[in-house]
Amino acid sequence: MKTWKKITHINDIPLMGSRILQYQEEEIVLFKNRKEEIFALNNVCPHKQGKLSEGLVHGKSVTCPLHNWDIDLETGEALGSDSGCTQVYESKIEEEILYILL
Amino acid sequence: MKEKLVVIGNGMSGLRTIEDLFDITKDKYDITIFGDEPHYNYNRIMLSYLLSGEKSFEDTIINHKTWYDENNVTLHKGDEAIFIDKENKTVTSKSGKVLAYDKLLIATGSNSFIPKTKGSELKNVIGFRNKLDSDTILELISKNKTAVVVGGGLLGLEAAYGIAMHGIKTILVHRSASIMSQQLDSTGGRLLQKNLEAYGIEFKLNTTIEEISGKESVENVSFTDGTSVESNIVVFATGIIPNTKLAHEANLDIKKGILVNDHLQTSDESIFAIGECAEHKGNTYGLVAPLYEQAKYCAKKLADVSSDGYSGSTLSTRLKISGVDLFSAGDYLGDETTEELILLDEKYGIYKKLVIYQDRIIGIVLYGETSDASWYLKLLKEETNISDLRHKILFGKSALGDSGHGGDDIAAMSDDEEICGCNGITKGTVVCAIKEQDLKPQNDVKTCTKAGASCGSCLGLVEQVLVHTLGDEYQSDVQEGICPCCDVGHKEIKACIDSNEYKTVYEVFENLAWKNEDGCIKCRPAINYYLLVKYNDDKYKNDKRSLLVNDRVFANIQKDGTYSVVPRIWGGVTSAQQLKDMADIAVKYDVPTVKFTGGQRLDMLGIRKEQLEPMWKDLNDAGFVSGQAYAKGLRTVKTCVGNVWCRFGTQDAMQTGIDIEKFTWGSWTPHKFKVGVSGCPRNCAEATIKDIGVIAVDSGWEIHIAGNGGIKVRVTDFLCKVKNNEELYVYIKAIMQFYREDAYYLERTAHWIERVGLEYIKEVLLNTKGNIEFYEKRFIESQKHAQIDPWEESRKDGFTKEFQPIILDIKDSPSYEAHEKANA
Repeated sequence: MKTWKKITHINDIPLMGSRILQYQEEEIVLFKNRKEEIFALNNVCPHKQGKLSEGLVHGKSVTCPLHNWDIDLETGEALGSDSGCTQVYESKIEEEILYILL
Repeated sequence: MKEKLVVIGNGMSGLRTIEDLFDITKDKYDITIFGDEPHYNYNRIMLSYLLSGEKSFEDTIINHKTWYDENNVTLHKGDEAIFIDKENKTVTSKSGKVLAYDKLLIATGSNSFIPKTKGSELKNVIGFRNKLDSDTILELISKNKTAVVVGGGLLGLEAAYGIAMHGIKTILVHRSASIMSQQLDSTGGRLLQKNLEAYGIEFKLNTTIEEISGKESVENVSFTDGTSVESNIVVFATGIIPNTKLAHEANLDIKKGILVNDHLQTSDESIFAIGECAEHKGNTYGLVAPLYEQAKYCAKKLADVSSDGYSGSTLSTRLKISGVDLFSAGDYLGDETTEELILLDEKYGIYKKLVIYQDRIIGIVLYGETSDASWYLKLLKEETNISDLRHKILFGKSALGDSGHGGDDIAAMSDDEEICGCNGITKGTVVCAIKEQDLKPQNDVKTCTKAGASCGSCLGLVEQVLVHTLGDEYQSDVQEGICPCCDVGHKEIKACIDSNEYKTVYEVFENLAWKNEDGCIKCRPAINYYLLVKYNDDKYKNDKRSLLVNDRVFANIQKDGTYSVVPRIWGGVTSAQQLKDMADIAVKYDVPTVKFTGGQRLDMLGIRKEQLEPMWKDLNDAGFVSGQAYAKGLRTVKTCVGNVWCRFGTQDAMQTGIDIEKFTWGSWTPHKFKVGVSGCPRNCAEATIKDIGVIAVDSGWEIHIAGNGGIKVRVTDFLCKVKNNEELYVYIKAIMQFYREDAYYLERTAHWIERVGLEYIKEVLLNTKGNIEFYEKRFIESQKHAQIDPWEESRKDGFTKEFQPIILDIKDSPSYEAHEKANA
C-alpha cells in the first residue's frame, strides 16, 4: 500500500532546478519551477531514456537534455507532436517539508 | 464581450491575416467573412496548375470547411459585400445581410485590367484571375480553334502554358520586345521564350490586337502585324487593378489602391485593407509573399500588439510552369550606377545575373539554375557586402567551400535522399509535410518533421526545399522570431537589450511580449548570453538556470546520463607528472574510458554525476582546472612543437599557444571557440580550420579567422599579419571580443563571417582607428570576471550539493524519511 513518505525540506530543491531521489530501484526527479511548485516524476524520458533531471525547466514543463522533447510536469506526457508518457508521483508540502506518495 | 471583426474577401491575404491573428489571440474577435466566390479559401497561385490539369481544385484549397468550423469563423460564401456604412459601422451584403463591426478588414483583391480594344466587349473575352476564369477557359478551348492570350507577364505565360498543355494551339501576344519584362531582362526573356515555344506556344512580340470580331462571342482575332486567326477565346492577362469599389463608395482615401499606413489601417482607423487592393507608400503588390508579410503586421495591430509596422517588401518571383526554373528579385535591370555579374550558357539554358550597387546585391535574375536563389535573396535582404565573394559568387554557395550544406542542388535530389542526417529525414518527407500540412515558416517544418531540429546544419537545405516547393509563397525566416516564444529576431533582441536596463532574462521576456513567461531552451540561453555581453559580467551574473545541461554542470552529458571530464592541458603540452596524477585519478574513480581528444587533451568518460564533485577536487588539488570542453567559450589552443624541436619551425608555437590559452581561458563566446597555432606554413596544428588560426612565418605571424572543421569544412580567411607575439595577443583579444559582441548566440565564427562578410570585419577591426585597442580593453575587462575555475567555484559555493541524490531507504529508515547522501 502506498504511504506518504517524508522526503526533504523544500529549500533543498533548487529554484528552476531539480534533485534526484533514489528510492529502491527507482530514480525519481523532483523539480521546482519559478512559481515554486514542486513536481515528482520518474527520471526517464519516454523517448530515449534521457535523464529529465538535467533538462531546462520552463513553466510547467521540462525539456529533455538528449533530444529536446518537452515533458509536462503535471501529467508526465510528451508535449507537441511527440507522444509518450513518464510516470508522475503525487506530492504534498506540509510545513515546508515535501512528502511523496510511494 | 468579444469585438466584431468583419472581413470582406475570402482570399489568401484576408485569411492569412486571420490565421496570424489566431496565433496571437483567439479570444478577441467574433469573425465573419463575406466572399463573393462560392468556394472556401483556395490558393490562387495554383490557378495555372488547375488550368493545365496538374492539380485538382481540391488540391488548391487552403482553408477547408473544418477550419472555419473549428475556429468559429462565419463564412458567407457567394455573398458579396456591397456597401460599407462608416458612420454606423455596418456592412451590407448582396443577399441583404447587414452586419455591425468594430473592426473591418477589406481584402477584396484585384480585378483583371482589360485595355480598350475593338471587340473586347464580346463574349469569351475574359481575364485570368479566379476559378471561374479557369473553368470558362477549360470549357471553351477546342482542338479546332486557336486560343489567344494577351500579355507576356507572369500570369499571361502561365495561362498560355495551362492552355497549351491541353494540346491547343496558343498564341501569346505581347506588346513589347521581350516577355516578362517586369521580372526579367531581355536575355532571360529570350531563354524563357525558347523554352516555352517547345510547349507549342507561338509568340507575337511587339504586337497587340487590332480587332476582336464575332457576332456575339469571339470568332476571329486580327493583330497589328497584319495577321489574323480563327479563335473562340481571348484571355487578357494585361495587368490587374486594385478592387477599390467599396472603399471608394465609403469615401476612404484612395490612389491606385486603398491607402494604408504601416499597420495596414486606412484613413478610417477601424477599417483595415490588405493585399492587392491596398496601397502602401506608393506601392501595390500582386505577389503573395508581400501580402503575407502585410498580414503579419495587420494581425498584430488587430490584436493590439505593438510592432514596428510594415516597411514594404522586396519582390521575388518564381514562374509556376513545370520544367521552367526561373527566379528574379529586386532591381534586376539596374542603371548606369550599378554593375552586373553575368553567367550565360545558352546551350544549357543557364543564365544568372546579379545587379550590384556599392558592393551589395540589389537585383537577381536566375534562369535554368535556381538552387542558390534563397542564398542570393538572403544576401540581398541583409545587404551583405559581397566584395570578397564576387569572383566566385555566380558559381553558387557551394563554390565558396562554405559551412552547412549550402551547395546541394535541391532540384536534383531524389525524394529518398536524406536531408537531415541527425533525424533521418528525407527530402520526400519534408516536401510531403510542406504540401499536406501547409507549412510555411521554417520553424513549422522543423517542429512537424524534425528536419533541422537537432544540429541545425541542414537548415539551409530545408530552406531550399521550402523555396523550391512553395515558390513565391515562401517567406524567408529573416524576420521571424528566434523561437516559438517570440516574434523578434536576434537583431531586435540585441538592440532592445542594448537600449534598456534589464536585470534578468524574465524581465526581457516580459518587455518583449514573450508568449511563454519562462521562455524555452532556445531563447533563454540566448537572452542570458546577450545580457552577459552587455554587462560584461560585472553587473549581470551568468544565470545557471538559463543554461543547458553541459554549461550548467561544467561537464558533457553522454547518452547514458553519465558525464565526461576534460581537464585543461595548456597549449596541449603536458608532463610526465601531470599524466601520472591524471592516471591515479582515473584509476581511483574506475573511469571506464580514457581517450585523447582532437584538441590535444585527455577525456575521461563515464563519470556519474555524484562523482563529479570529488573528482574535481582531486583534479584541482593536482593543479588542474576545467578544460571547459562543454563551454560556449574558449575550448582549446592546439599547437605544433614549433621551432623548439622541429627543423622547419620558424616560431615557438608551443609557448605562444600556452600564452594564448592563459589569457583566453574562461571566456564565453556565442558558440564554442577554438584556436590553433602552427609554427610554420606546413600547418601541423591544422590552424586553418579553427576560429582563429595563427601561422608562423619568418617575419612574424599570420592571423586567419573563421575556420570550421565540423559538418562542412570551412577554411579560414586571412585577416592580417603581425610582427611579434605582443601584437598577436592584442589582435586575438580584439577579434574574440568583437565576435562575442557582434555575432548572434550559437553562431560560430564561420557562420558569422558568411552573414556579415569578411570586409565588414576588416573594416571594423583593421580600418577603423582605435578599434583594436577598444575591443582589446573590453576583452581584458570581462576576463577579470571570467577566469575563475568553475569546478573549484561550484564546489566551494555549494552548487555541487544538488549533484548528490536524496536517498530514501526503507530498511535504514523505518520512519520513511529520506536523507541527503553523505559525500563519497
